[in-house]
Amino acid sequence: MGTIFVIAEHRQGELRDITFEMLFKANTLCKDLSHKLTAVVLGGDEALADEIKKWADTILLFEHERLKNFDGDLYKEVISGLIEEYEPFITLMGHTSWGMDFAPALAIKTGYPLATDCVDIQVEDGRPSVIRQIYSGKIFTKVSFRESKSYLITVRPGSFTPEEIGEQEGEIIKKELPSDLPEPSKEFIGFEEAGAGELDITQADLLVSIGRGVGEAENIEVVRELADLMGGVLSCSRPIVDKNWLPKYHQVGTSGKSVKPKVYLAFGISGAFQHVAGISGAGTVIAVNKDPKAPIFRVADYGVVDDLFNVVDALKEKLK
Amino acid sequence: MNVVVCVKRVPMTQEVDLEIDASKKDVSKDMLAYVLNEWDNYAVEEAIQIVEKFGGAVTAVTVGSEDDEEVLRRCLAMGAEKAIRVDPGDLSLDGFVISKILAEVIKGLEYDLVLTGVQADDDNYGIVGSMLAEHLGIARAAVVNHVDIEGDEANIKVELEGGVDEVLKIRFPALLSIQTGINEPRYVSIMGIRKAAKKELQVLPVTDLGLSEDDLSARTVVEEVFLPPETEGAEIIEGDAATVAEEILRIMKEKGVSV
Ligand SMILES: Cc1cc2nc3c(=O)[nH]c(=O)nc-3n(C[C@H](O)[C@H](O)[C@H](O)COP(=O)(O)OP(=O)(O)OC[C@H]3O[C@@H](n4cnc5c(N)ncnc54)[C@H](O)[C@@H]3O)c2cc1C
Ligand SMILES: Nc1ncnc2c1ncn2[C@@H]1O[C@H](COP(=O)(O)O)[C@@H](O)[C@H]1O
Repeated sequence: MGTIFVIAEHRQGELRDITFEMLFKANTLCKDLSHKLTAVVLGGDEALADEIKKWADTILLFEHERLKNFDGDLYKEVISGLIEEYEPFITLMGHTSWGMDFAPALAIKTGYPLATDCVDIQVEDGRPSVIRQIYSGKIFTKVSFRESKSYLITVRPGSFTPEEIGEQEGEIIKKELPSDLPEPSKEFIGFEEAGAGELDITQADLLVSIGRGVGEAENIEVVRELADLMGGVLSCSRPIVDKNWLPKYHQVGTSGKSVKPKVYLAFGISGAFQHVAGISGAGTVIAVNKDPKAPIFRVADYGVVDDLFNVVDALKEKLK
Repeated sequence: MNVVVCVKRVPMTQEVDLEIDASKKDVSKDMLAYVLNEWDNYAVEEAIQIVEKFGGAVTAVTVGSEDDEEVLRRCLAMGAEKAIRVDPGDLSLDGFVISKILAEVIKGLEYDLVLTGVQADDDNYGIVGSMLAEHLGIARAAVVNHVDIEGDEANIKVELEGGVDEVLKIRFPALLSIQTGINEPRYVSIMGIRKAAKKELQVLPVTDLGLSEDDLSARTVVEEVFLPPETEGAEIIEGDAATVAEEILRIMKEKGVSV
């Protein structure tokens, strides 16, 4: 019987959602394949490991001062050791900032193949393959691996929705770090809240949101007027903030804010996963985009295929 | 301070009705316009700002075909000193092979810093930077949105999910994968690109690098590409703009937003 590894991700004492999403998917894979699920917790403590007991057969827990904060070098070192020892069939990691740091390096160190940012995983004839999205979600692909003893996969956050599973009581095994650890190449200084500001878009009932489709900085005022007329709040996708057209606290998405308005109006936003991850709490999403194939239409409730300025002008006309 | 920056030319796919090509392994690219990958544009700007401040030179490297030289010329126009293109011939490329080729070229250069983009806008792998750092055996950080250099180390910010940055100190040599918004990439004129034509653009066939067959064999294979499954998706509101506006206002009211 083989095993599937899930590398837990946690920050400041809390497990991240991606951890449970991976545990859920790994559980279904383990059932199909009669494999055991092994969760790996680097840093954290027993209380943290307890939280995932019901998802895993075994939890390998490493408690160590140097693992209090994420350290990609140590993750690479320790996990490659574990992969040699346990020979997992698949190792799942999050496609997060931290996963993007250590997973590719781990693939080189172990020599095992890696596919990143996967939204689904299948196993056929003993070989895994994954589904991914390319061209910002406009096209899907099926990717297979060169034959190997062990396979590495990073999972896109939000791809799996954890559902309750049968009760089980995983065994927590405390592990010691190897004694010959590499010198740290980075020093952790602290966490910093990015882009706090006077406006809190998470509290708004109506968000009027703009993306790169507005074209020019000047055009923002055209949409802002609409937001004012509607009594809504202006928000945006990342490129608008990257260009300094609006301050960071307007940004919706994985690296901005998760919002929960009753209505989210998206003007000229393509619908990259990092953006739509921030609007899963919205009541109703109405998207306006020139491109009928824009991925935003796959997550919106209502769609309008048109130039956003036509719709903005018509809305203003009605409201005046 | 010598900086190497890895760049890729990618097709623009917004507002385009993409079609699957005959091989079913990619989209048809004949009609697509190409640009420098957005993340790489920020990486090149960051590299140039660093040498403007601390001296040294920027070298831009791409693994690609002759057409891809267009983005190298753009890097030269932005202020890179030198550009290198490795021609992969008809090798099938994945992140592993690309990182292996880049590592072999960069090993022969003098550098303190290597910059890549966080991800390429076509394949969205986010894999090459960290693999490259491991081949080179240097420190690395992914998704960097701030760099502040002091001597042979830098204070950097790594962008995490949920609007939080992680502040770190990293020692050189190091590889940073650069996030959009870190700076304001400079404008490049056609004239600028013409002037930069005098700068050195070196072309290396991959066969000159002495990599083994195993080094050049892909670890992952695209089996097929397909259009997204037709899930339920949005209900499309039809009609002229006035009708659409009326319908949007009606829906908003129904959902409890009074305007
Ligand atoms: C680590 C990481 C974190 C990220 N975090 C975030 C995040 O928090 N939030 C976020 O938004 N992104 C984030 N991104 C970026 C994300 O991947 C996309 O690049 C971004 O969301 C694209 O923004 P956009 O939809 O505005 O632009 P584009 O993708 O360029 O889309 C513009 C859209 O406008 C349409 N359009 C153009 N003109 C018009 C017109 N006149 N009328 C109507 N429609 C028009 C086009 O058809 C297109 O669909 C992140 C990326 C990474 C790698
Ligand atoms: N063919 C290539 N040549 C040079 N650099 C590349 C190439 N492909 C990817 N990169 C670099 O690696 C980064 C991440 O790309 P990817 O891992 O493909 O998403 C890009 O932003 C580039 O900096």
